[in-house]
Amino acid sequence: MSAILRFFRRFSAARVGAVLMKEFIQMRRDRLTFAMIIGIPVVQLFIFGYAINLNPRHLPTAIAIDDPGIFARSLTASLRTSDYFQIVKATNSPGEARRLLDEGDVTFVVEIPENFTRDLVRGAEPQLLVETDATDPGASSYALAAINQLATSALARDLSGPLAMRSATNPPFDVVVHRLYNPESITQYNVVPGLLGVILTMTMVLITSMALTRERERGTYENLLSMPATPLEVMIGKIVPYILVGYIQATLILAAARWVFGVPMLGSLTLLSLTLAVFIAANLGLGYTFSTIAQNQMQAMQMTFFYFLPSILLSGFMFPFDGMPAWARVIGEILPLTHFLRIVRGILLKGNTALEIWPNLWPLLLFMAATGAVALARFRRTLD
Amino acid sequence: MTQPLAIDVRGLTKRFGQKLAVNGVDIAVPEGEVWGFLGPNGSGKTTTIRMLCGLLSADAGEGTCLGLDFRKQSETIKRQVGYMTQRFSFWEDLSIRENLDFVARVYGLPNRKMKVNETLEQLGLVKRQHQLAGELSGGWKQRLALAACMLHDPRLLLLDEPTAGVDPKARRDFWDEIHMLSGNGITVLVSTHYMDEAERCDRIVYILNGNLIARGSVAEVIADAHLFTFLVEGDGVRALSQKLRGAPGVEYAAFFGAALHISGRDRDALARALEPYRNTPGLHIEESQPSLEDVFIHLQEQAT
Ligand SMILES: Nc1ncnc2c1ncn2[C@@H]1O[C@H](COP(=O)(O)OP(=O)(O)O)[C@@H](O)[C@H]1O
Ligand SMILES: [Mg+2]
Repeated sequence: MSAILRFFRRFSAARVGAVLMKEFIQMRRDRLTFAMIIGIPVVQLFIFGYAINLNPRHLPTAIAIDDPGIFARSLTASLRTSDYFQIVKATNSPGEARRLLDEGDVTFVVEIPENFTRDLVRGAEPQLLVETDATDPGASSYALAAINQLATSALARDLSGPLAMRSATNPPFDVVVHRLYNPESITQYNVVPGLLGVILTMTMVLITSMALTRERERGTYENLLSMPATPLEVMIGKIVPYILVGYIQATLILAAARWVFGVPMLGSLTLLSLTLAVFIAANLGLGYTFSTIAQNQMQAMQMTFFYFLPSILLSGFMFPFDGMPAWARVIGEILPLTHFLRIVRGILLKGNTALEIWPNLWPLLLFMAATGAVALARFRRTLD
Repeated sequence: MTQPLAIDVRGLTKRFGQKLAVNGVDIAVPEGEVWGFLGPNGSGKTTTIRMLCGLLSADAGEGTCLGLDFRKQSETIKRQVGYMTQRFSFWEDLSIRENLDFVARVYGLPNRKMKVNETLEQLGLVKRQHQLAGELSGGWKQRLALAACMLHDPRLLLLDEPTAGVDPKARRDFWDEIHMLSGNGITVLVSTHYMDEAERCDRIVYILNGNLIARGSVAEVIADAHLFTFLVEGDGVRALSQKLRGAPGVEYAAFFGAALHISGRDRDALARALEPYRNTPGLHIEESQPSLEDVFIHLQEQAT
């Protein structure tokens, strides 16, 4: 207890200010870091954001009609007006449609089986078969999401009068989708907010992992240690400037999300800013811990990438979190990115409130405190 | 009454793995004196200095630095010590002014701006204050480093090879400054390889392979070595050096400029070895007081 008291009595805001000012000046002069701070978000955002934003339309589609009933005609008409699909072939032979798919002439086959209309009227929930070329799963995922909606609304118009009750069972038929790859339905709304977390993770950890290693490599560490600044003061002084940098990046990304990608922002941006501070600090704390361990900048870089990979793969950014095996989910739960992804998607897309994000906020706070403590414990006051 | 000691440590020891870098070194420097710390590269000077200011933990040893336990109170010692590292260790991507300003802030100096301005003026760097420290030449870097580690008015200066690679004029100015500081009561321990600098110190200590093997004033260190030296000059002296090396009584033969120094602890044997050449025309042989460098080379030869 007395050790803690002594610790705080020694604490000097002025010394923190000294380190902070020094870091700001150095950051401003370090063109490479500066370029990285601005460049990484922009490049990643537009590469990933647009790659996934290539929401493909006019996908070549074949329709195989075994049942020339009224509903088949409505569905065909509705597929034709939708710009997701471009019907290149209407046939009554499922075999021929399949052949077109095999040969890559079409990406989609929509098959209306025999007696579709009759079964529908009877309330027997007939099957609407959709086959898709799964070799490029990303290309068709939007269209797949659209087809269910299209079919339902197309038929709703026809299901009037005595048949209206059929449309109450929603949908009055089964859309059976055959595909080999079944990702969580990824949309750019999901990806762009996710990129906010990914980019911050990468740059924040990378930058602070250099914080002490650079001083050590340049020989200035010895000088710093011979001065009366305490480990806590040095840590705060070296971390705070990058919180600001993190906010600049976040602002860039959120602005692009809003105006370039049209991501809806339902929740409170103030709440998001507050959680951003915690998330950024957690990553900076981790990077700083790396820098107390790494002997040189190369090692610091390696540690950062060693951390970055699982963050991308196991956080739910790349693959649906719930689809991962149990061990991977355990690792994922430890990673700040996992929790931040839930928070940012929750706030932006679902309008989550503080109470709703709390279950994912406290792990971030815990992570931040833990890395800070480890960094302080690891900080060597001597050159031994 | 004896002068209080600014540094008073005994049995200072440091190991790096298997290597014994510093082995039971005792140093006692009275306040206000300038002590020279000499020894070949890798002998343990930097390691000793780092232990004194708490940058390396000592494996053994006890004592005080400025009256404080050097092992337990290193944080307090740091505030009163100015340590100039062997390699320039200020921030090369900060300007001269920014470096000084940073130091002043970290030490929490009152009248920071004034102090920095004063220092810049003393350094004669007012015009170049916004230049990056990394762009300075060796001599200027060293002056900046000294000024920066003096900024907080330390009572003890630990200078690690401050003049390595600095031109003669700058070295001279540097030493004038050291003497001025010492006149103001500041204690200085300075490591160096230059003999002329050693001779400007009140006392010197000589360390070899981690062992402190000589100490005292320059005259004392020379006397303690019990060394005799003959100077040989003139025609054919280069050929002679080959013949004399390894002759009985000749512990070493080395050139200092054009003169060949022949040294050994047995004066008679030395004289006998030189006897055959006494009357060689054009060759001039005379006995001389051994220089500090003769003594150091002798000490180093002895150890191998
Ligand atoms: N951090 C270190 N790790 C391992 N060995 C070291 C370290 N620092 C110094 N040494 C070794 O200790 C010995 C003394 O070094 P040093 O004190 O730098 O000598 P000097 O300053 O007299 O040239 C040398 O052999 C050096 O290689
Ligand atoms: Mg050295």
